Amino acid sequence: MDRISAAFAKARSENRACFVAYLCAGDPDFETSVACCRELVEAGTDILELGVPFSDPVADGLTNQLAAQRALESGMTLEKVYELAREVRGFTDIPIIFYTYYNLVYASGLSRNLAKVREAGVDGLLTLDLPPEEAGEMLEASRAEGLKNIFIVAPTTTERRLSKIAEVASGFVYYVSREGVTGERDSVASGLKEAMARIRKAIDLPTVVGFGISRREHVRQVAAVADGVVVGSALVNCIRDHLGDREAILRALRAKADDLVAGLRATEP
Amino acid sequence: MATTRVTLEHSPESLPDAQGHFGPYGGVYVPETLMTALEELEEAYEAARRDEAFQNEFAHYLREFAGRPTELYFAERLTEHCGGAKIYFKREDLLHTGAHKINNALGQALLARRMGKRRVIAETGAGQHGVATAAVCARFGLECTIYMGAVDMERQALNVFRMRLMGAEVRGVEAGQKTLKEAINEAMRDWVTNVRTTHYILGTVYGAHPYPMMVRDFHRVIGREARAQILEREGRLPDELVACVGGGSNAMGLFFEFLPDADVAMWGVEAGGRGIAPGEHAARFEGGRLGVLQGCKTYLLQNEDGQIELTHSVSAGLDYAAVGPEHTYYRDLGRIQFTYATDDEVLEAFQLCSRLEGIIPALESTHAIVHGIKRARALGRDGIVLVNLSGRGDKDVQQVARLLGEKA
Repeated sequence: MDRISAAFAKARSENRACFVAYLCAGDPDFETSVACCRELVEAGTDILELGVPFSDPVADGLTNQLAAQRALESGMTLEKVYELAREVRGFTDIPIIFYTYYNLVYASGLSRNLAKVREAGVDGLLTLDLPPEEAGEMLEASRAEGLKNIFIVAPTTTERRLSKIAEVASGFVYYVSREGVTGERDSVASGLKEAMARIRKAIDLPTVVGFGISRREHVRQVAAVADGVVVGSALVNCIRDHLGDREAILRALRAKADDLVAGLRATEP
Repeated sequence: MATTRVTLEHSPESLPDAQGHFGPYGGVYVPETLMTALEELEEAYEAARRDEAFQNEFAHYLREFAGRPTELYFAERLTEHCGGAKIYFKREDLLHTGAHKINNALGQALLARRMGKRRVIAETGAGQHGVATAAVCARFGLECTIYMGAVDMERQALNVFRMRLMGAEVRGVEAGQKTLKEAINEAMRDWVTNVRTTHYILGTVYGAHPYPMMVRDFHRVIGREARAQILEREGRLPDELVACVGGGSNAMGLFFEFLPDADVAMWGVEAGGRGIAPGEHAARFEGGRLGVLQGCKTYLLQNEDGQIELTHSVSAGLDYAAVGPEHTYYRDLGRIQFTYATDDEVLEAFQLCSRLEGIIPALESTHAIVHGIKRARALGRDGIVLVNLSGRGDKDVQQVARLLGEKA
């Protein structure tokens, strides 16, 4: 069984949803970023999403834009992102997903990049600005490397588009629980249960839910209906709030992750 | 610099294909959140372009609000000065709000109204598209938010005030280089968030399908008029067309009607800035390569990894890392040739045109004048060069005064 399927199977056997944690690779610097990933893994993260820092992240809110900027300013290149993934792969077997933009995969050679992604121990890619309509080349090159392609489903996604996504998605799908860019919110979206039913009818893959989940209560609500809960900005903010103090970053991140992971199990009666 | 005759295999009218591709370029590279909105927009636009009532309404406002048709003007003293081919200016600078941008802003505002969207957003670089959008929103009672890089707000302060006067909210963008690219990122983020109520009036032949096609179509009137006007004046087509290319909307608007005329050569002029070195210019066909940015596949200024490079131009409207996909397609075919003008050449031609013709051109359009002068000299006295004077330079005079002061 591949790592992604194994992660969902394990969570199901424990009667809980998966915890999917996002950080930007190299935020605020290479070494700290690796240590942050270690904390997240130790806190019980089931799937790690690593943002590949891009100069023009159109789908990201300010928190993730600034994280990407810090990473790039610290000297992150594609080679260093691959190296970081390799280091993380060295201490964990959980799935690693690259959360990226198409130009970073495409511009310097699709096959060449995907081979490096696979060699780094990464399991799949979520390419934010690559809809199914344009994904042909990417799907072919990914299949050659045994990499999964995770696609986004939005509240505005129609039934017709759901079936298009079903044809191309692998690993899992990622439901953005509200319109907009990434970032923390006060509450998670309503109508989640209906949305999940709609997606499950069309797509035979686990569905994780993200965008705006920042508190244990959110995790509890989402875990009750989804196969996985994605937390990003709330974790990135632990880095932002303690810049310049690695120990403080790691402590804050661990405390936040522990708190959120605890929300996964609270769904049981 | 000799021009070659190119016959097109595909009719320009047949492009882009249904997925928005011009050959390998263009397409739809956006987050899933926008896909449904783009599909709706395409559907609404396809219906509107076939609807005679919509086309009549568009033509009506182009005439009565924007001030079309614009003159085709013989630049007699500039021609004499160069001692070569006749130089004609297509006077888009005479349009309401000062540039060709109003054509597209009008078309898209009418479309937004037809789609029932009451809120409009737009990005702007030089401020001309922002001003045009603010004007049409005021005219049709639409709520209007304009995104503009903080650096551009400073160098185009007058346009910021214009937009605010007409009731638009201007939001400064502090990210990255604080110019046009960042303003587009921010407008896209707004659209992703408010997609159900909001129409995004993208200002150039760029971005995801159907924008490059739609914006081109709203500007086709430039070439349609120019073609009829030059035939009436000279009894023949011009030898060469010259237009500046940022995203490329004024150029595509002029060129499109002439694409099947194999004897008419076309020049797109990019911003050469301080010279062709990374971060010093915005000439995508000089230092760029294939990539995907802000909705489409085309030529980009980028580093080895695909991170977008910094750009520089004296003109905010050309200071952009990517070029419209249709331009890239016709460049591959050799149908449109590309070159660049440097900041220094532009500042010189800006003064020359003002002094000889009594016309102060926009710095963007001055890039086209620089190359128009070169081509006029190369072609000799029997030739005709038609330059798109896409905007007026009122917005630029403070900046030019400062730059010349520094040099003096």
